[in-house]
Amino acid sequence: MFWRRRQQPTSDEPAAEQPADPALPPAPVPTPETLVPAATVARPSREASGMGLRARPSGFGARLRSILGVGVPASEATWDEVEEALIAADVGATTTMELVDAARERLRRRGGQATGEDVRGALANEVRERLERVGSGRFELGPAPSVILFVGVNGSGKTTSIAKLAARLKGQGHSVLLAAGDTFRAAAIEQLRIWGEQIGAPVVAQRAGADPGAVAFDAMTAAQSRGTEAVLVDTAGRLQNKTQLMAELAKMRKVIARQVDGQPRHVFLVLDATTGQNGLSQAEGFSAQAGVTGIVLTKLDGSAKGGVAVAVADRLGVPIVFAGVGEELDGLAPFDAAAYVDWLFAA
Amino acid sequence: MFESLSARLQSVTERLRGKSKITEADLDVALREIRLALLEADVNFKVVREFVARVRERALGGEVLTGLHPGQQVVKVVHDELVAILGGERHQLRLGGRPSVVMLVGLQGSGKTTTAAKLAVRLRKDGRKPLLVAADVYRPAAVDQLVQLGDQIGIEVHSRPVGTPALEVARSGLEAARQRGLDVMLLDTAGRLHVDEAMMEELVRIAGAVQPAETLLVVDAMTGQEAVKVAEAFHARLPVTGLVLTKMDGDARGGAALSIRQATGLPISFIGTGERTDGLEPFHPDRLAQRILGMGDILSLVERVQENVDQDEAERVAKRMMESRFTLEDFRGQLQQIKKMGPIGQVLQMIPGAGQMANAAQQAVDEGQLKRIEAIIDSMTPAERRQPELIKASRRRRIALGSGTSTADVNRLLKQFADMQRLMKQFSGGRMPKLGGGMGGFGGLGGLFGR
Repeated sequence: MFWRRRQQPTSDEPAAEQPADPALPPAPVPTPETLVPAATVARPSREASGMGLRARPSGFGARLRSILGVGVPASEATWDEVEEALIAADVGATTTMELVDAARERLRRRGGQATGEDVRGALANEVRERLERVGSGRFELGPAPSVILFVGVNGSGKTTSIAKLAARLKGQGHSVLLAAGDTFRAAAIEQLRIWGEQIGAPVVAQRAGADPGAVAFDAMTAAQSRGTEAVLVDTAGRLQNKTQLMAELAKMRKVIARQVDGQPRHVFLVLDATTGQNGLSQAEGFSAQAGVTGIVLTKLDGSAKGGVAVAVADRLGVPIVFAGVGEELDGLAPFDAAAYVDWLFAA
Repeated sequence: MFESLSARLQSVTERLRGKSKITEADLDVALREIRLALLEADVNFKVVREFVARVRERALGGEVLTGLHPGQQVVKVVHDELVAILGGERHQLRLGGRPSVVMLVGLQGSGKTTTAAKLAVRLRKDGRKPLLVAADVYRPAAVDQLVQLGDQIGIEVHSRPVGTPALEVARSGLEAARQRGLDVMLLDTAGRLHVDEAMMEELVRIAGAVQPAETLLVVDAMTGQEAVKVAEAFHARLPVTGLVLTKMDGDARGGAALSIRQATGLPISFIGTGERTDGLEPFHPDRLAQRILGMGDILSLVERVQENVDQDEAERVAKRMMESRFTLEDFRGQLQQIKKMGPIGQVLQMIPGAGQMANAAQQAVDEGQLKRIEAIIDSMTPAERRQPELIKASRRRRIALGSGTSTADVNRLLKQFADMQRLMKQFSGGRMPKLGGGMGGFGGLGGLFGR
């Protein structure tokens, strides 16, 4: 599954009264109770509000169903509406037209009169195959120390995603080190520190305003001397058209590569699922300067379908590696193209 | 990746050239391009549909079909329609009561905390006495973030110990503002999903308790098709009075704002640019319309120049140009400033009609010509940079050797620099371009690329 449904409702008690257990149980995924950040209170129960992707269909599938009907032959006019539905899911006009053309070609080759179900099926297969073709959902840590650099625009969810991946890796028994490379935004270092304490992962940090390259250097040195398996490096959010800030990322990459050959192994672009067509520009800009290897698609639990990630995967060949939902530490899982397509097309 | 609407319509216009009248079929081709441009700008598909229908009607009504440049006129009709939707009255914050409350709400990561600090700075400039209240009690270190920002800008921040519910923070904040005689309370709230019923309910209770005079929905300019649903959901539950569109210093077209404005009728109050606390501007409908259409954005160019060019330095250089004392040293300084502005092709893209030049200039950069010029100047002695006429044959050989170029390269640079100086003498009658040193360099550079 690319999402995980939380079983236990979050406690309404202030989290400060339930400090994290210092000796985390070796459970595959830490339970939310032990991992509510100490410096915050628990959100109101989300269980009660009926959240979660599985419980709440994307709406896209239902829409297709009402456009295409059941057992009815597809007509020219319905194809236009199908296009519109894809565009409404942020897939973008260009990719939408490609998908629709490819689906039509599939149906034409098969021959016979295509029904609404056939159209849905052909489209779903087209989306899934394109996502799988680029290697979506594949993630391997690699030899220690494996460095994962997180990049993205402001507010996309880098720090939260780092915390979630760190918790996941810890849960799998790996040693993890966090590097507070966002030295720019107020309190970003504190935010990572709080998560680090909760997860039980050391955080390498310098003072606010320090050179992020120097933080990366320190983290690499620390990881090498401790034999840490995974180093997760946070960076300040930046817009892809800010040349100097983008050059800073290239420099961080260089600092890391100079210390350990072949690192960073992964460079994850954290992409907010609510993002529209600017996601393509983000993927292009960050790929050019930071060498993005994959996407972490965050905030998939809103009403957004994350269609721009499909466009990015298809047009730029960047796989979607992880998907994030919610603010709990267990809200991150490898992206599963089949599960995503099932959710998207479920009527 | 995106073509501007003007470029898209170019081929349509080409086809129409010489025709005194556009047919309905021609118009449909143009409208198709407009539809695509709007969709790529993230304007909601429903809004696009209605919009295109309205433009079609207007165009068929005779405004376009018989004009001299039908393609351009279509663009104008589209632009005017966009401004009409975006514009209307300018939204001024109505801050009556003492203290009056401004509540900031929105999705996670939309920029509420940064906007709160920016708004505080702005209100203080207007003579208000603001208090920032940190009611994001969920995201780790969100309170710290606002406290630190408050420190930076010298504005008081009200916060409560860890574990205090948001409602309690808001209530006590209002009390604190009252006691200290502060007249505006800026309430930062936690980011939340519009579909999260429990979290939306919390906002409703807070709004009920503090009775905000203004509730501003903070929206990321990069938001896609869901923007309408998000805004409608917040608007349905809360007395939202306006929008703040953030991260507008990026390259997003910002079509989401148009969609929200059309769907909810909410005015756009402010535009957020950059992470500095002074980056909050009043909203200009025509600028956003041009941006959504991808028309050359001369204003953004001016802003980019101002942002990256040291103003004092630019003025100093401009003065030297006027007095014909511009040296190779000044020239090198200019090259460095231009590099700071970003990929030169991208910069030139912002000038309407400069697309061709943009490619040539970018190519020159890619081929390392700029670097070569810099290297040549670097290999000169300070005296040589000030007085190029010192540079005779043997010095030329030395400079070529030092910079890894040939004497022909050095000769070319010296000749072009001499041409530039001559040009500047002509300018010194007071007809200098207003943009100062940064732009002066473009003229000179044009010559260097043109070979």
